[in-house]
Amino acid sequence: AMATAPQRLSVLLPTYNERDNLPLLVCMLVRTFRDSGIDFEIIIIDDGSPDGTQEVAEQLEKIYGSDKIVMREMMPVLFPPGTAYIHGMKHATGNFIVIMDADLSHHVSLYCMDCGKQKEGNFDIVSGTRYKGNGGVYGWDLKRKLISRGANFLTQVLLRPGASDLTGSFRLYRKEVLQKLMEKCVSKGYVFQMEMIVRARQLGYTIGEVPISFVDRLYGESKLGGNEIVSFLKGLLTLFATT
Amino acid sequence: SMTKLGQWLCGLALLGSAWAALALAPPGLQPPTPLRQALLPLPIYLLVAFGCYSVATVGYRLATFNDCEEAAAELQEHIRAARADLRRQGLRL
Repeated sequence: AMATAPQRLSVLLPTYNERDNLPLLVCMLVRTFRDSGIDFEIIIIDDGSPDGTQEVAEQLEKIYGSDKIVMREMMPVLFPPGTAYIHGMKHATGNFIVIMDADLSHHVSLYCMDCGKQKEGNFDIVSGTRYKGNGGVYGWDLKRKLISRGANFLTQVLLRPGASDLTGSFRLYRKEVLQKLMEKCVSKGYVFQMEMIVRARQLGYTIGEVPISFVDRLYGESKLGGNEIVSFLKGLLTLFATT
Repeated sequence: SMTKLGQWLCGLALLGSAWAALALAPPGLQPPTPLRQALLPLPIYLLVAFGCYSVATVGYRLATFNDCEEAAAELQEHIRAARADLRRQGLRL
């Protein structure tokens, strides 16, 4: 199939207890897309949130129209963790897919959303990076930044992935490319995101990068502990040995 | 195609056997003494050099890690505007 330019963007938002952030994010996304003139839809995949996220999503559907906002519920019992994307993709009608966090940690940048970078190089994937250009973070202390840079350095040495930020979790994918990668990737959680970039390179897909600002509003509440570091290292070594 | 681990093992095996052949050769097949004296500690030197490179690189990247003050302020502003929009459009929180 010929590689086409973005005609309609599907934004996948897996949510869990995002009753407060979700409407703000959706409102901001809608405004950004309307300003840039790109056709879009927002697919909310909720993991059975007990805080009323689904009711809010349904209200948003009424406000913005059900051709623009789609709400799908996941039954945690039926769907193993990490399959929100697979589930969401089934309903995506766009030819490009955006995957981002629903907790308002990403600065919703017009440049990312109007696919400027993608058009520049006709990339299969555009990945947000905190480590290049004017990308960066807000709300991290020195220790957190050191861990981030140290982990990324290790990742670059071991995996040579061809992308500067594997855990930034803001990505734009050509739909067929995302489908192919979903089939091939087996990791869970955020290691899945890392694996997707590594596999993408192996399969010869082109990857462009845009700087993103990661505004961490939750850092005060959730410290990066020893457990997270150990599980990151396990994931990294698994990818090292299997890809 | 080979995994990254496989590539590393191959590379290390190649360099390792080259080093062993030259540096640990039996007398008679040994390269000249100055060369041998340089070769023997080479693996340790390379390891230390890599260690220094790592520390310097991570240190540099840490020092140049951007703090996105503007982005954070802009995000706050966008959130304020979004709250107002949603109220107007009748969202009940």
